[in-house]
Amino acid sequence: MGWALLFIAPATIGLVALYLWPFLSTFVKSFQDVPAFGPATYTGLDNYVELVGDGEVWKAFGNSALYTVLVLLGIPLAVVLAALIEQVSRGRSVYRVLFFLPVVTLPVAVGMVWRFIYNGDFGLLNYVLSWFGIDGHYWVADPRFTIYAFAAVGIWMGLGINLIILGAGLQAIPKAVYEASALDGAGRVRQFFHITVPLLSPSIFFVTILTVIAALQMFDLIFIMLRSVNNTALADSKTIVYLFYEKAFVQFQQGYGAAVAIVLLIVIMIATALQFRLQRSWVFYG
Amino acid sequence: MRHTWTAALAAAATLLTACSSGSTGSTGEAAPAGEKVTLTYANWSEDQAPAMEQIAAEFQKENPNITVKVQTLPWPEYWSTLQVGAAGGTAPDAFWMLADHFREYAKGGALIDLSDTVKSAGIDMTAYPKAVSDSYTYEGKIFALPKDFDTNGIWYNKALFDAAGVKYPDDTWGWQQVQDAAAKLTDKAKGVWGIAAPIDAQGGYYNTILQAGGSIIKPGGTASDFAGPEAVAGLKFWTDLQKAGSSPTLKQLSDTEAVSMFESQKVAMYFSGAYWALRFHNNADLKGKVDVAPLPQGVKRATVTSGIGNAGYAGSKHPEELKKFLAFLGGTKAAEIQAATGTVLPAYKGTQQPWLDSMPEFKLQVFIDAVDYSVPLPVAGNTAEWQGLAAQYLAPAWDGAKPVEEAAKEYQAAVDEVLAKQ
Repeated sequence: MGWALLFIAPATIGLVALYLWPFLSTFVKSFQDVPAFGPATYTGLDNYVELVGDGEVWKAFGNSALYTVLVLLGIPLAVVLAALIEQVSRGRSVYRVLFFLPVVTLPVAVGMVWRFIYNGDFGLLNYVLSWFGIDGHYWVADPRFTIYAFAAVGIWMGLGINLIILGAGLQAIPKAVYEASALDGAGRVRQFFHITVPLLSPSIFFVTILTVIAALQMFDLIFIMLRSVNNTALADSKTIVYLFYEKAFVQFQQGYGAAVAIVLLIVIMIATALQFRLQRSWVFYG
Repeated sequence: MRHTWTAALAAAATLLTACSSGSTGSTGEAAPAGEKVTLTYANWSEDQAPAMEQIAAEFQKENPNITVKVQTLPWPEYWSTLQVGAAGGTAPDAFWMLADHFREYAKGGALIDLSDTVKSAGIDMTAYPKAVSDSYTYEGKIFALPKDFDTNGIWYNKALFDAAGVKYPDDTWGWQQVQDAAAKLTDKAKGVWGIAAPIDAQGGYYNTILQAGGSIIKPGGTASDFAGPEAVAGLKFWTDLQKAGSSPTLKQLSDTEAVSMFESQKVAMYFSGAYWALRFHNNADLKGKVDVAPLPQGVKRATVTSGIGNAGYAGSKHPEELKKFLAFLGGTKAAEIQAATGTVLPAYKGTQQPWLDSMPEFKLQVFIDAVDYSVPLPVAGNTAEWQGLAAQYLAPAWDGAKPVEEAAKEYQAAVDEVLAKQ
């Protein structure tokens, strides 16, 4: 008993010091007016009241929600790709590495590269579109497109990790099921929808949970692609975590920033709880 | 075995002293003679880091018991690192400060008071541009010594002017000459514009608002003046350039920053500060093509000025050594090193000649002459907050989606709301 406690102590201390304590202090700060330096004063629910009436907060939640929905479209894509890679007999690992590279690339580097790709005048994307006679846009300088542009990068960045998880799930499906269905005359497409997807659904569910949480926390792309270059589209493209950063660290309003963070936490908890409820109707646990 | 224990005890003792000296903080005494002390000195510029190292080395030569470690942080992280460090007791000892962040730090007691040091070290405050030294004074106390300063001028591309047969800008130019030249220089077929007109406060509309006779922030600092007739005229200077198509659009300038446009020779004129001199000087593509002229006159001459200040952390473990170092940073030697390396325009009067000489191809005297009609960068209340609103409120005026008067009125209301919170 004593030894056991000793061995779990490092992890526990780390958890308390690096997660639990900051969380509690954020929670407390959300009920305070916290200047950059000096003592904080309790203001009760003021931060939350202000937050509800703050159009910027609603807009940021809207942007984050749109981004999340768009990034979720990457999951069907990942399922199809994972199934296709599973069919490849040679060089499977080459494909895995190719799709995994963005995952291990620094988000800063990813942001910089995509900023050039999306550039309205000299960008690669508009150049390629011009081959097909399509007029390009200022993808990350026009607030109408920014969230969509971010989502495309978000899907690309998350694809690799999703493929690994889904690939592992695919290998757990017994080959005998496919062989039996083939004998019964099922084609590839039919097998995909009636065997692969249902038997893979626990992995798909897991990937969905992770994707939603990561998407609601999107920050680095917007920081690198808009903020670091004084892009005027920033005002209309803020995500909720970006807004938190801006309030707490640029505008010295830590209390208000903390309230934004707490609301985000609640939203993530509700979104996750909702998914656990909904999974009963579509996830198949054999 | 015995040795191990002694070592452990010694280590524990060191830890204890480290903790206790931490808790005494700013009231701590100077380290006993002969004891080695290490100070950290944080900045955000890779370009300037070599000069900062050189200054630190020079200081160590005079003070062999003090080691200075120069820390260069990336700009996006600089302020959050400093703020968290200052609140948590782990901030660097000395660091660069900017006028728009200064008030929050001074008000919060995060900065070491240098008023006595100035007296005891015999530092002549009149050696600095008044607009800069004033911006680092809070409630009559001096909290930072000016490191450098910058005023604005018209950076222009001679090759593009020659190609369009337009006379170079000079000190006789008024607003109209800029508008006319910008239109003539614009050649859409070649992808060349006369000027860059982004939503830029410091290099752009602050100057023209002041030139029109406006004030940006009203005296007392509790209300702004963006919607007055002078301010609107100052904003229109830029929106007119947009309307005439003499500048890349706001979207283009969001995708590719104005300075990059200027460096890639897409725009012929760029209103900005002295701080680009070294970058343009080092750019081989621009060799012999770039020069600088004073800002044009409106109703009167004006430019905003600001400068970095060297400040110290109030919670430093070595306040006496820190003050000594800050006094050194504010002195002539540090200024001369900055000037000779062409790094920036040093704030100390009379040390600027080496800077002028380091890049003789530019008429850099323009920036020094501008001190006479310079105005401090406006700061009031939570400056970072209301400045952050500018793009959002002014973009419709730049795009032509809203009349300038209307956008200015809405921006003023938003700024005043922030100012009312203090």
